[in-house]
Amino acid sequence: MIDFINSIVVLLNFIIIPGLSYGPQLALGALGVTFVYAILRFANFAHGELMSFGAMITILFTWFFQSQNIGLGVLPTALLALPFGILATILLGLVSDKFVFKYYRTQKSVPVVLAMVSIGVMFVVNAVIRIIIGTNTIKFSDGQKFIMKAKEFKIMTGLNEGLALKSSQVITILITIALVTFTFWFLQKTKTGKSMRAFSDNEDLALLSGISPDRVVFITWLIVGTLACVAGTLYGLDKSYKPIIYLNLVLPIFASAIVGGIGSPFGAVVGGYIIAFSEITVTYAYKKFFKYLLPDSLEPSSLVQLLSTDYKFAVSFTILVIVLLIRPSGIFRGKVL
Amino acid sequence: MKFDKYEWTAISIMVSLFILVGFVQSWSVSLVILNMCIISAIMTMGVNISWGYAGVINFGVMGFLAMGGLAAVLVSYPPIKESWQVGGFGLGISFILLVSLVTAVYFINKLVEKKSHKYWLNGLVIFFGLLIIRYFFLNATSKIEEVDPALAGFLGGANLPIIFSWVVGGFFAAGVAFIIGKVALGLRSDYLAIVTLGISEIVVSVLKHEEWLSRGVKNVIGLKRPVPYEINLQSSDWFINLVIWFNSSKLNQIIDLDQKQQILNNLIINSSSLLVKLNYAILFFIVMIIIYYFANKAQISPWGRMMRAIRDNEVSANAMGKDIVKQHLIIFVIGAAIVGVAGAMLVTLDGLFTPSGYRPLRFTFIVWIMVIVGGSGNNLGAIFGGFVIWFAWIEVAPITTFLINLFTSGLDPQNAVRIHLLNSVPYFRYLLMGLVLLLILRYRPKGIIPEKVRHS
Repeated sequence: MIDFINSIVVLLNFIIIPGLSYGPQLALGALGVTFVYAILRFANFAHGELMSFGAMITILFTWFFQSQNIGLGVLPTALLALPFGILATILLGLVSDKFVFKYYRTQKSVPVVLAMVSIGVMFVVNAVIRIIIGTNTIKFSDGQKFIMKAKEFKIMTGLNEGLALKSSQVITILITIALVTFTFWFLQKTKTGKSMRAFSDNEDLALLSGISPDRVVFITWLIVGTLACVAGTLYGLDKSYKPIIYLNLVLPIFASAIVGGIGSPFGAVVGGYIIAFSEITVTYAYKKFFKYLLPDSLEPSSLVQLLSTDYKFAVSFTILVIVLLIRPSGIFRGKVL
Repeated sequence: MKFDKYEWTAISIMVSLFILVGFVQSWSVSLVILNMCIISAIMTMGVNISWGYAGVINFGVMGFLAMGGLAAVLVSYPPIKESWQVGGFGLGISFILLVSLVTAVYFINKLVEKKSHKYWLNGLVIFFGLLIIRYFFLNATSKIEEVDPALAGFLGGANLPIIFSWVVGGFFAAGVAFIIGKVALGLRSDYLAIVTLGISEIVVSVLKHEEWLSRGVKNVIGLKRPVPYEINLQSSDWFINLVIWFNSSKLNQIIDLDQKQQILNNLIINSSSLLVKLNYAILFFIVMIIIYYFANKAQISPWGRMMRAIRDNEVSANAMGKDIVKQHLIIFVIGAAIVGVAGAMLVTLDGLFTPSGYRPLRFTFIVWIMVIVGGSGNNLGAIFGGFVIWFAWIEVAPITTFLINLFTSGLDPQNAVRIHLLNSVPYFRYLLMGLVLLLILRYRPKGIIPEKVRHS
């Protein structure tokens, strides 16, 4: 029985908790991508840089607050700086829309051209970030790091295996729940949210019924900026901030959005979790888990690992390709908000 | 191949820029840039063929380049016999098993009627098949990787002249492109962009981590060259005589014999490296001209016309009886093959294969910027885009340094802002690339040298 509990703890510690905290980061990113896709109708390659930009501004404000000795006690200072980061990200989104995307929208360009344009924006934002903050790895989480340390858990329960719970993981999960709930409430219940869904569903009909496109676009960037900044900051808090990571993160985010059904917010969240969990479960070495479950004679000699961790990114893409082959519109029949 | 006035201007501006760099910086720098420009131009032509002719998006440039690079290693590196002895048998078995697995799946798909049965059966066969293959495969590869890990640890290659790899690289890339095309073509263009980008990441991560094949992150160095080595040139009589003859007027002015010899030695060293680079440039130039010739021929042929018809209006082309899926696949594969050739040439030029060096920003997006800036649908435009953008990519750094120094000259040399800016000079090139792309897309969406509208 103890062995069984031990094995469950191993799973919790190495798969479920990391998955639960990595999933929301992808999900928030995918939600942003899906919003842009559903309302502005293009695949935004610059989304990763938007996240990175938000995280960068948050870091700058965190540094400022730290130098002024303003803090939140046990909570990371970054949470205090987050609103400023969100404002800056929204501003960046609006500026890029005003000076770049709007022109192509009024021209009714094909989506591919807009995707190219977003690559241009990606390069510019990327360069600005690197010029401002450099390319080094930055750790900016402070406050209490662990809610529960592996050692404390061992002493508390008397089990062989430890269970660690980082505060950044709990913060990630809580903020994500709050943000996602708010987004869904907004889309389903408020008038603006409904008008956005109408706009996404049928632009011409929405315009005919008096919905202002400028307002819809404005609100979209508000939401996208908020989501991107929060996702970027949470990822940076949990792992660490490094500009180049966000470029690599774009691909799993796109995978999450498409797997869930691009354009469907619910799909984006589910997709984020699917990608996160499959990346972790496929590359985890289950040796320890089976050691507890199986009798000694059957103990596995190898690592019992399906794929080496080097292929983490490949996993999300394999899933993406499989989904596109079997069900091109994604799990939740996307395209409409 | 008649160029109009505008195209001649573009060509002459480019040539004069190289000459300018030759005089201002050095001829060596100029040739180094030129070599990479030519390779970039070949990449751009590859992308241009699929995007410009037929509107098929290909964001997998990085993966195809890496396949070309792999070809360069597999063709030219001497085989490592020991590795073959310990692991060849296991690899052979796993290969045979893989082939039989694929045939099994093929027949299941053909023979089993009911859809749900098909999925289950396929899943089971693939799962257990892979499990068995894994056993043999991992055994073999781990043995191979243990063979002299510091120097070898992989299978080696075929020990042929590296120039063959340029063709082989094309075929490698074409093979991968065929699989990708079978899977992904038919998706909407922006989906296709994301999928090709993702698959190219998978290709690169395979090359990075399958050490038995490509030595992975340990890199392969010291590849053969299609051109002579500097050391050999420096000791050959004809080359020394050539240098003396070339610089005779300059050497004759010097009377002191010791000094003369010293200057001559310097000249020989410099000109040997110049000659090597020039040789590369000539080889690459020939390849570029050949590809350009055929690409142009294809564009004005009936096939090219059909491609434009498909690009401009898929529905009506389909109504005229053109098989769009097939043509898209063909042109995707051709484009990828040309990119593969460029990948092999790139590795040949560097003399080393570093899988971790393949990054999408540098190898996919920059190539796309080249195509868009140069002019999609026009081969000369693509070449010009490759030249201009690579030239800018290299020359931005010295120019930015100069500008920063100029604008901050009033500040104290230890000023934090100034030092920070000077440290971030390399990132200004990304800024420039992004701005150039945005400006071109806005004000000249057809590129600097746009496609010619043909009425035929």
